[in-house]
Amino acid sequence: MEIPDTNSPSDQPHVGLFVTCLVDLFRPSVGFAAVELLQRAGCRVTVPRAQTCCGQPAFNSGDDWHAKQIAMQVLDAFEEFDYVVGPSGSCMGTIRCHYPEMFADDSRLLPRFEALCAKSHELVSFLVDVRGVEAVEASFDHCVTYHDSCSALRELGIKAQPRKLLATVAGLHISELQGTDICCGFGGTFCVKYPEISGSMVADKVAAVAASGADTLLSGDLGCLLNLSGKLRREGKSTRVYHVAEVLANMADGKSIGEGDD
Amino acid sequence: MQPDSRHFKANAEAALREPRLQAALKQLELGFVAGRQRCYEALPEFESLRDRARDILDHTLENLDAYLVEYESRVIESGGQVHWASTPVQAREIVIDICRAAKARSVIRGKSMVGEEIGINDALEAAGFEVTETDLGEYILQLAGEPPSHIVAPAIHKTREEISDLFFEHHREHGFTQRQTERSALVAEARQVLREKFLGADVGMTGANFLIAETGSNVIVTNEGNGDLSSTLPRVQIVTAAIDKVVPTLEDASLLLRLLGRSATGQEITAYTTFTTGPKRARDADGPGEYHVVLIDNHRSEMLGSELRPMLRCIRCGACMNHCPVYGRVGGHAYGWVYPGPMGSVLTPIMVGLDEAGHLPNACTLNGRCETVCPVKIPLPTLLRSLRRRQHLQRQNSRLARIALSLWTWVALRPRLYQALTRPAMSLLSRLGAKSGSFRRMLLASGWTRVRDLPAPQGSTFQARWQQRQRGRK
Repeated sequence: MEIPDTNSPSDQPHVGLFVTCLVDLFRPSVGFAAVELLQRAGCRVTVPRAQTCCGQPAFNSGDDWHAKQIAMQVLDAFEEFDYVVGPSGSCMGTIRCHYPEMFADDSRLLPRFEALCAKSHELVSFLVDVRGVEAVEASFDHCVTYHDSCSALRELGIKAQPRKLLATVAGLHISELQGTDICCGFGGTFCVKYPEISGSMVADKVAAVAASGADTLLSGDLGCLLNLSGKLRREGKSTRVYHVAEVLANMADGKSIGEGDD
Repeated sequence: MQPDSRHFKANAEAALREPRLQAALKQLELGFVAGRQRCYEALPEFESLRDRARDILDHTLENLDAYLVEYESRVIESGGQVHWASTPVQAREIVIDICRAAKARSVIRGKSMVGEEIGINDALEAAGFEVTETDLGEYILQLAGEPPSHIVAPAIHKTREEISDLFFEHHREHGFTQRQTERSALVAEARQVLREKFLGADVGMTGANFLIAETGSNVIVTNEGNGDLSSTLPRVQIVTAAIDKVVPTLEDASLLLRLLGRSATGQEITAYTTFTTGPKRARDADGPGEYHVVLIDNHRSEMLGSELRPMLRCIRCGACMNHCPVYGRVGGHAYGWVYPGPMGSVLTPIMVGLDEAGHLPNACTLNGRCETVCPVKIPLPTLLRSLRRRQHLQRQNSRLARIALSLWTWVALRPRLYQALTRPAMSLLSRLGAKSGSFRRMLLASGWTRVRDLPAPQGSTFQARWQQRQRGRK
């Protein structure tokens, strides 16, 4: 087992942070926010180095062989922890819902994947449902709207948890998005394979954001956020876009996603 | 109907630029989606009904051979005839033979998707029969010379103005010289024209929403009553139905009917639910003299033996397409064949070939909204993924996508290399994009940047910064 990256008493649950590739590459501050929130919730946090991607792009492209290779890499890196937590409904949905499906016929590996699945959680639902977090110490003086990612909503049943914690952020007001159960048009490789359809979907979503009257858009999945932020910028909108973890950890003071110096 | 699924992408892009279609599709959320939601909230046992429906249909499919034979026996006992067709070609030949043997001249049809699947209209017309669709939506499309774009509301893509024009053009020969624009006037005019067709028809064709094994009955649901007229007025009735329509008992059909109307149109029950068993008996007031059922396989037994079996539970309510964000943008015609939306994206590749319909399983974000509303709990995203797996194994997906994915996976399986490559790459991109915050164009990412900017990365990678922070602490 790796030595914990953060110094905490040993009776605390030991969490392996699954950073996710998009957070690692595009938005490291979400990773730091996740560490902060997990520590505040009384966890020891380790970030295994031997992690990259969850394998979802391969799995959703029908390439099970490669997806399974990556799944085994995740298993090796994370199965020793008490919990595996990641700031994404999409990646954690892959680990929780699809890893056991991929290894359904493998009697040797299936029990290990089922065990991994049982202790893997999306960040905000882990805080609320597993750690019993009721409130966060953060302030954010904005009217926000929240986009439910489809994997978080439907694969993991996450809807109330982020709203519950956001309601405890000082100064924050939530204005709900119309059609919050409708996909934003990201869909992994879908958005580059069918850009016109994806563009029409995200245009509707961006219109709903404008209609909500919020000045800030939050979500728990960076894939959706990059898509939404990209469309907002393209349309010249000034709506700020953050990952929900950044706001909950009181770390949303930097530039928002897609925001420039000028 | 000749499949055109190969051109899905171009068809979809054209559909996105069609303002009248876009306006019509916007009504889906307000009409069908909201209607289903109201029904869902009003029926506390909706969820448990879905489980029971799935179980009934799984049981039926597990014993499909036995239930089909039972159904056939009951139909024969009630004086009807059962014909088995493996392919659409066989099904068409059987229907035409029946019509010829009956010396028929005109055929009226109640709405039937399997009829579209086997292309029965064109075949009958080519064989010299006069064919009239009697479902209002299908009738409109017959006048327009178009295929349906939705399995429940076939003419959902047509606006009222277009329908006014069509009726004005085609009904003059029936003595209607005024261009009607009101909904009720249009319906009344169609009804008068169709009434003559009903009364003069020799053969009535319908589909079946369910076939009941224990009684040999077929069940059809309509909101216009045209199905009843089609099956009682003509002297010959032909039911075309796929083999997955059979259910064991009346009780099972009742349960499924409770889900069908609610999921389809947001109705607790459709205006007409008609049970038909055999031809007219000696003391019946009306009914056909001959009663034929054509049972069609068309690749279904192949699906029965594969991982796609759950698709055969489908009761054709259309809820998946009503809730599909892709269908809601591009409409049904873009899919290029009879069945559109999520259910069509599973069925079409099987029925017309994965090479023709290769786009369909991929033109989906796997958002899963369809699965959550499916009344019989078909795991549509899982089935679409299965088809992608077949494409991958048969090397039918794009070469470029395969290479990109293999490269990504190769690097992703080597974390140290991955981190060594991504750190400088992200730092560079971050510096290039720092000023504006996002890129309007990006080499190798034109699919992304065609419709939206690409947000610039924040700086170095998380892993790099984290390692740096850990080193600083030690």
